[in-house]
Parts: sequence; C-alpha cells; structure tokens
Amino acid sequence: MGEAEIIPFGSRGTRGRAGRAGAEAESEQPSTSGGSGLGSEEVPPTPRLGALLSQLTRLASRSLGSLASVPITQLGRLAADPLHASASLAETLGVDWDQALEQTVAFLRERLRGDYAVDEFGFDAEFTSKIYLPLLRRLADSWFRVEVRGAENLPTDGSALLVSNHAGTLPMDGMILHTVVYDEVGRHVRMLGADLIFKTPFSGDLARKTGTTLACQEDAERLLASNQLVAVFPEGFKGLGKPYADRYKLQRFGRGGFVSAALRAQVPIIPVAIVGSEEIYPLIARAPALARMLGLPYFPITPLFPWLGPLGMIPLPSKWIIEFGEAIATDELGSGAADDPMIVFNITDQVRETIQQTLYALLMQRRSAFF
Amino acid sequence: MATEKVVLVTGVSRDLGARFARLLAVDECLEVVGLDVVAPRHDLGKAEFVRADIRNPVIAKVIAARGVDAVVHLAVVATPGSAGGRSSMKEINVIGTMQLLAACQRAETVQKLVVQSSISVYGASPRDPAKFTEDMSPRAQPRTGFGKDAVEIEGYVRGLARRRPDVVVTTLRLANLMGATVDSHVTRYLSLPVVPRAMGFDARLQFLHPSDAIAALRLVTSDDVAGTFNVAAPDVVTLSQALRKMGRPSIGVPRATAPLVATLVRQARLVDFSADQIDALTYGRAMDTSRFTSQTGFVPRFTSLAALEDFVAVSKLGMLSPERVDSTLDAARRVLRTGAVRNG
Repeated sequence: MGEAEIIPFGSRGTRGRAGRAGAEAESEQPSTSGGSGLGSEEVPPTPRLGALLSQLTRLASRSLGSLASVPITQLGRLAADPLHASASLAETLGVDWDQALEQTVAFLRERLRGDYAVDEFGFDAEFTSKIYLPLLRRLADSWFRVEVRGAENLPTDGSALLVSNHAGTLPMDGMILHTVVYDEVGRHVRMLGADLIFKTPFSGDLARKTGTTLACQEDAERLLASNQLVAVFPEGFKGLGKPYADRYKLQRFGRGGFVSAALRAQVPIIPVAIVGSEEIYPLIARAPALARMLGLPYFPITPLFPWLGPLGMIPLPSKWIIEFGEAIATDELGSGAADDPMIVFNITDQVRETIQQTLYALLMQRRSAFF
Repeated sequence: MATEKVVLVTGVSRDLGARFARLLAVDECLEVVGLDVVAPRHDLGKAEFVRADIRNPVIAKVIAARGVDAVVHLAVVATPGSAGGRSSMKEINVIGTMQLLAACQRAETVQKLVVQSSISVYGASPRDPAKFTEDMSPRAQPRTGFGKDAVEIEGYVRGLARRRPDVVVTTLRLANLMGATVDSHVTRYLSLPVVPRAMGFDARLQFLHPSDAIAALRLVTSDDVAGTFNVAAPDVVTLSQALRKMGRPSIGVPRATAPLVATLVRQARLVDFSADQIDALTYGRAMDTSRFTSQTGFVPRFTSLAALEDFVAVSKLGMLSPERVDSTLDAARRVLRTGAVRNG
C-alpha cells in the first residue's frame, strides 16, 4: 500500500535524535529498527524502589545540612518586622518595592473586578502566565532541575500536536511541560484531559483556567484549527497510575484518536519524552477498593503517601529531562488518511516507538534519579 | 414581501415576545397578531393582541380565520415558578407546542414556522466538548426540567417539518438571555446577596442580549433559512467573573448537595430553578454559532461580557462592589508603602 511506505517504522525522527544522544543510545539503535522487540533485556537501569529511597535520604540529609547554615538572627528579624525585612530583602534582590506594590495592586484590582477575559475553552491566559506558570517555574527550575533538549523542534507559529508519555500519579508532567514550552517559545500549550479531571471539583476548574480541555475529537480539532500547540497524553490514566515497577514502559496509546485528529487538521506530530516524572510519586499500590469508593481510577499509595499526610504529597525531587523529537509531518498524507485505520495505527505505533526509544536513551544518560 | 403577510407571534405577554412583536409590527408589509393567555405587560406597538391559549384547539380557528402566513413560537417557559409549577410548565411547553403545530399542519396558508428553542437541549456534563455545534448530541441527555421540554419541542417541530415539507421551519437555540431588561433564573441567581455555587467548579456561561435575540428572530422571519441554529454571543464569561462584576460574594457548597440548596433557594422564592439548570451552572456549556453566522451573516452586537455589563449597569451591586474593592486595595497599598518607608 502506497501510504504505508511513507511512514516506515524506526522513523527519521528516532535516528536524528540518536545521533545527538551519544554513544550509549547509538549502541541501542540496532534493536530499535525492528520496531517490535521491546524485550526487558534492553531496558536501561533505573533505580529500584529501595535504591530510590536511599538516594532520597542522602539528598534530604544534605539539604538539611545546608539549611542549618542559614544564620538564625536573620530569621528572627524576619519574624519581628516582616514588612521591613521583606522590603529590604527586595532591595538587596534589586526589586523596586514601590513598583512591585503598584503592579500587584493593579493586578489584584483587575482580577477582583472581573476585568479579564477567558477564551471559549475557559482558558485564562492572564492567570496562567502571571500566577500559575511562575509558581511552576520555580518547581521546574529548582526542584526538578528540568533539562530541555530538542527545543528547536517546537514550532514558533502554526499548530502542532505534542504527544508525550504520562507518568507520576498526578499529572505534574503536563504542568511542567506547559512551563517548559512557554519558556522556550512563548506559547501556551493547550492540554487535552480526561473527563475525570472535569468531574472532580477544583481540578476541573484549574485545568480549564490553565488551558486544558476535554480530550475529545471535537475539542482537539477546534484547538488545532485555531493555530494552537496542543499536547496530549495518549496513555491517560493507564500511564499516570502505573506501578513504579512498570516505570518508563509506555502503556497502550489509546485508540489513536490523537493521530486522526492531527491527520484531519494536517498538523505535525511532535513526540515528547519526559524522564523524571516516574520518580516523583513512586506508586507502590493502587488500593482499587478504596479508589472505587472514592470514584477515582486509583488511590495512590506511595512510600510517603498517605503515611505522612500532606507532607507525603510533596513530589520527590527527581532530575527531569524533557526531549522534543523531530516533527512527524502529516500534511503529505492528505486529509483522507484520517479515515484509514491502517495509516492511523502505523503512525500511532511510530510515535509510540519514538517516545519509548527516546526514553530509554535518556535513561541511559541519566546518572541517577535525583542528580 | 410584496403583499401584506400575517405573522402570528405566541408568548407576547413576556418581555421577549412583546419586544419582538413590536419590532415586527413596524414593518408596513406585516400584520402582526400577538397571542397569549394573559394580557401583555409590555407595549405591543402596532401589533394586535389576541387572547387565546395555545394548549386549546381553538388556536386552529385563530390561524384559519386570520389566514396566518408565518408562525413565530416564543411561548416556551424556562422555569416552573413563572408557569405555576412544573406540570403546568410542561403543559405549556410540550402540549402547547403540540397543539400549535397541529394547527399549523392543518392550515394551508402557513408557509413558515420559527421556534424558539434553547441551549438547554445540549444538557450539561463534565464530558461535554467546549462548544456544541448543531450536529452534536448531548453527552448527558437532559432528563428533567426545561432541557427535556426543549428536546421534546424540537422533536415535534422536526415532525412537522417532515410532514409539511413546503413549510420553512427554523429552530433557534438561544443562549441564556442577559441584559438590562432581562429577568430570568440566571439574572436572579446572580443577584442573590450571597450566591451559593457548586464548590470547586467555575461554569463557563454564554449569553445572548435580548436585542440580538430579537434581531436573529427578525432575520429568520423575513428571510428563508430552514434548519436548526445556535444563536449566542461568541465569547464566554465564567461564573466567578460574573459574580465579581456583580460584587457578589459566593459560598461553595459540595456538588452533591447543590440540588438540595437549589430547592431551598426555590422554596424561599429567591430564584426559580429547574433541576437541569444546576448542572449548567456547575459544568458550564457553550455553543458554536458559526453555522448561523455563515448562513445569514448575523453577528451579535453584544458579546457575553458586554451583555453581562449591560445587566450589571442597572443592578444594585453587592457587598464586594468595585468601589469597595478599590478602597480596600488603596488602604492596603498605603499601609504597605508607609510601613516599608517608616522602617527603611
């Protein structure tokens, strides 16, 4: 079949990346070209749960040591006169206190008066870029120390579909991806999320405000038709809630709905591999009975949650690497391709393989889960 | 329209019907007959008022005697309180429409039917797409209240369109009306001193200004555009944004208890809700209006935000009015600034 030849397994995207990825990835390359042999023998070493926890303890003791070096008098001063202390702190950091104050007051006024706009999906661009992303940026830079590769593959205009692996019990990877892409190309990534997000109080609200909409064909096409960068996590809850033992093994990629949306809109598909998200909340059990009672797809039990209560909800500070792959063009296939299930399955597999191989390559290069 | 045509407008005792009949009657070529069971509270202009009940077969006689050319059906009731209970509301909406359509089917003179439907036919659920087009079916079929009525009304209207292919049938699914003159469950809800809302949800609300609703109805009454169309302002506002504009504080209630709270509010005669409207104010919904715009060139003059501001301008603002917000912020700014300077 003609179309099938256009999209061979082991795409140029994979090879292009392997060239940059270095020697370790290169040695893996022969087995990828087969496309099907994902035997466990080629899975790169990732820390087992016990090793992960001992690494974590080392990290914690080190950071506690550095905390003790902060002079206690400075903390005392901050408590005695917080206003002055923060003003002088702002001065030393080179922030104009008055100007910052004016800006904050103006912003609050606008928000409290309701003088802002949301788009048809409920996306509140102002809230996202002024409150949500700055908070996440701290998390991405200081906590997860995200390393970005292949940012040149992100288009600066026109629409594209980012397809990423999904892991980490809570959809933190989506939030960090949004931050990283915004910082690289100044565009908001519009996520597609499962209906459970919108059924759950607060999560649905936050999701809509920060640009997520329901993962359905209609919304995907509407977003892609309006020149947006759209991100999708085809594994869904299967990927998000997989046990730690299955880390970095991609789950089934839905039914390929994301591919047909991209084909129909004739936009490129950009594979994204995220390393680090698996270790933030290592899932050891899913407590299905409890989850059913609460109406959740799983109830996360991690080494720290629910044992430590809210403290257990602090994500472990794993080291993240996000790699954007080369775009897979879909426009040359014609709009009719979306209705050809064989093409859709082939591209789905191609995207899945690319992400899986990139994940393995990145894991080989990562020294440890936390450094 | 060459010779004088007769247009029958139902539901003229209410604001939208009266304003539409008045606008239509300005046209010299049209003879406008306004119909309702109670005398109109608003001026009908040159339109003539006929007191008749659409639930009664006598409606057929009115249509035959007047030689009606076009019927514009606006006598649909969105909330049970205004109709005197849910069963009465259902009777007006469904039985009334059935009787009217039966009369239209029999009347040879009738060449056009325009029916007011509602965004409610799409239901509201967390599985909804961001915007409904006319071809999409609801993800959560409305089972109660106005939504169910609207779905049934549209079903009967489609039946008539099938049986009388010579009649141009237009159904307009209007968004919630919003504007200075509007008195609806949404405006009353937004006017509560403290607004109860489903905790953790911020509905997207899409509005239509009554002047735009009337313009759209006028357009499809004079031009022949058969089919079903969404009519709404293109943008959305969120519930929290609307409440801030109204200066209203809100209290979150768990979603499971929202129907109970709605019942309490209804029994206190504060706001008249039908059950399906709670979902719409929890999950929100919006319609895609591109089909109507591309077929008729109609563009609403008011955005949802402008329609809301039109309403806010004539409303009494709540305890979080912009003036209070401003003065509080100014006070906070003074304290923070002098505090920093004094110590600095």
